Amino acid sequence: MTADPADKRKSRRNVATAGMALGLVVGMGALSFAAVPLYKIFCQVTGYGGTTQRADAGSDQIVDRKITIRFDANAPDVPWDFRPAAPVTVRLGESAVVNYTAKNLIDRPSSGQASFNVTPEMAGAYFNKIDCFCFTEQTLQPGEKVDMGITFYVDPDILDVPELADLKTITLSYTMFPLDRDSDAVASAGRTDNVTTRSIARKTTGD
Amino acid sequence: MATVAAHDAHHDHKPSFFKRWFFSTNHKDIGILYLMFALTSGFIAVTLSIFMRMELQEPGIQIFDGLASIIYGFTGDAAIDGGKQMYNVFVTMHAVLMMFLVVIPALFGGFGNYMMPIMIGAPDMAFPRMNNISFWLLPVALILGLIGMFMPGNAGGYGPGQGWTVYPPLSTSAAPGPAMDFVILSLHLSGASSILGSINFITTIFNMRAPGMTMHKMPLFAWSLLVTAFLLLLSLPVLAGAITMLLTDRNFGTAFFAPEYGGDPILFQHLFWFFGHPEVYILILPAFGVVSHVISTFSRKPIFGYLGMAYAMVAIGAVGFIVWAHHMYTTGISLNTQRYFVFATMVIAVPTGIKIFSWIATMWGGSIRFTTPMLWSIGFVFLFTVGGVTGVQLANAGLDRAYHDTYYVVAHFHYVLSLGAVFGIFAGWYYWWPKITGTMYNELYGKLHFWIMFIGVNVTFFPQHFLGLAGMPRRYIDYPDAFAGWNFVSSIGSYISVVAMVVFAVGAIEALIKKRPAAANPWGVGATTLEWQLSSPPPFHQWEELPRIR
Repeated sequence: MTADPADKRKSRRNVATAGMALGLVVGMGALSFAAVPLYKIFCQVTGYGGTTQRADAGSDQIVDRKITIRFDANAPDVPWDFRPAAPVTVRLGESAVVNYTAKNLIDRPSSGQASFNVTPEMAGAYFNKIDCFCFTEQTLQPGEKVDMGITFYVDPDILDVPELADLKTITLSYTMFPLDRDSDAVASAGRTDNVTTRSIARKTTGD
Repeated sequence: MATVAAHDAHHDHKPSFFKRWFFSTNHKDIGILYLMFALTSGFIAVTLSIFMRMELQEPGIQIFDGLASIIYGFTGDAAIDGGKQMYNVFVTMHAVLMMFLVVIPALFGGFGNYMMPIMIGAPDMAFPRMNNISFWLLPVALILGLIGMFMPGNAGGYGPGQGWTVYPPLSTSAAPGPAMDFVILSLHLSGASSILGSINFITTIFNMRAPGMTMHKMPLFAWSLLVTAFLLLLSLPVLAGAITMLLTDRNFGTAFFAPEYGGDPILFQHLFWFFGHPEVYILILPAFGVVSHVISTFSRKPIFGYLGMAYAMVAIGAVGFIVWAHHMYTTGISLNTQRYFVFATMVIAVPTGIKIFSWIATMWGGSIRFTTPMLWSIGFVFLFTVGGVTGVQLANAGLDRAYHDTYYVVAHFHYVLSLGAVFGIFAGWYYWWPKITGTMYNELYGKLHFWIMFIGVNVTFFPQHFLGLAGMPRRYIDYPDAFAGWNFVSSIGSYISVVAMVVFAVGAIEALIKKRPAAANPWGVGATTLEWQLSSPPPFHQWEELPRIR
């Protein structure tokens, strides 16, 4: 029985099948991690979840349709007085500059980085930022008060989307998160915004 | 493997007790181990749920503050807070145990291991030693989960209270203690167990069928296991990936799911439900297989639309992978995404309908005998249909906006799982009891078990539809007085189910004591699958001469 070549063939076939099954497992496991950058790219490309776009220059066409942009500011964990800009009404394709303000309320320098999105979420694909304070880290000296600018335009292509053609208002929201510079751990995974370089640490929640 | 076979080749030689049960490589023995294990963790999981129903019997907090002070030593107001956390822990562990350590081990591991090789005419599984480790990972997973219940969880409380979905940030920054880590490792081990089991099942089914046993002649239970094994292979690694990310987020400073560092907690939900939805089909498909055999046997007819039944399971499995976000309608996904997931989800009703109608068509014009397994199977078809109908309602994003996270959802998934999968387990239990033990059970106890259980679970879960429609949210220890009436009824129902469990135990013990010998085929001409051609119980090594299927 031991040396039967038919048995050997069978056992080779079993190992081959099991190997293919194992390949499926490894592949799916790899895909679950690949989902992290893929999800980020998916959000950036499609504007999914209200992810705004990044542009190098202003729009090449401006149409005579006005839209109001409202602004929202949140800073739950940063010791700042973080205030939104006043609403502006712009033509589609027209670049506008607005300023958020922030004041450091403590007697030490403190840093923050903003995450953002727009509502309605579908408008994310048409909301283009040329410049934004959210592209970089912000550090405020004790008591310092700064204006933080955003340069943006709304793509006139938004008129081609049936659900958005009648849109009157887009709300742009920022949430400022603290950056703890005392430690050197790096958080890199799963970013959904356009910022790529940042060295920050976070409190370990383990114990 | 070959030397083991040669050693045991002389007639039906069984190894010593310790070798037989602890180093077991025999698929039938491992199947029995799986069933024993499922009974053990099932007992724990049912106990947890009874405590929850006792707590919810009346408004206010009456049980868990006392439990918390007895078990964790809290006093005064701390006992109330500790009790609330403890209730959340019971909710979490009830779900984790029932899914990963009761239903999968019973249907897939237990009946699957025992019956599948016999049914396809194979002498054993393809990798008997791997089979051994797939089983022995489970007790470790159970122990890890149980230890987790006594570890610090949230601030000032013990155990994992996140719910089985372990969403961040509840499972990360809100639960600093090691309890969550224990649960994650427990899920990892039970997942590894199921993956190894699946590889074994797939290899066995593809390569070790007896001559003439083509895929299209294979019994439906084996088909259901094959589909389930593929679902496990494709979905569990994604869960493993997601909870590994949780683990590193918790302990090693990564930020996969932490928005303040650029992560995305919604991504976890996508990954989780990409696993979580196929998981519910993993639980129910083997029950489909069992019920098909029982209904065919006791209607004395071959199953209606065999190929349709087999491929309906394949279709359910395939479509099950592209509907996950119907668990996430309220997370702010776009309207178009919701439209797609509503549509795709409702498509599943088609293959499921094929199965339901084929079971009915099998019974139609058949010579039906209402034995205990048949009662469980008819009960399964009826109750699973009720759960399926509420499922179609919940599939609608508009309705789900109102039903999301209410007791309506609780009622829905208990109708398909607690009354579906579990009825499937009991159908298989009574159907194969004579085959596995070689003794006949007492029909009176079996039927009593069925009727008490049928009444009990319906009294428990049907009123939860009303509670959900009235807006009672799930997962809370307390509720406004307005919900008191139906909660009381529901709790009474759960006590009736406990009585059914006692009858179940008495029936099993009675059969083992009385030892009424079972014939090779106690069910008569309707039972056509290969296991009924062997003695009851089957020889330690079966099919030394491979059967030929014409």
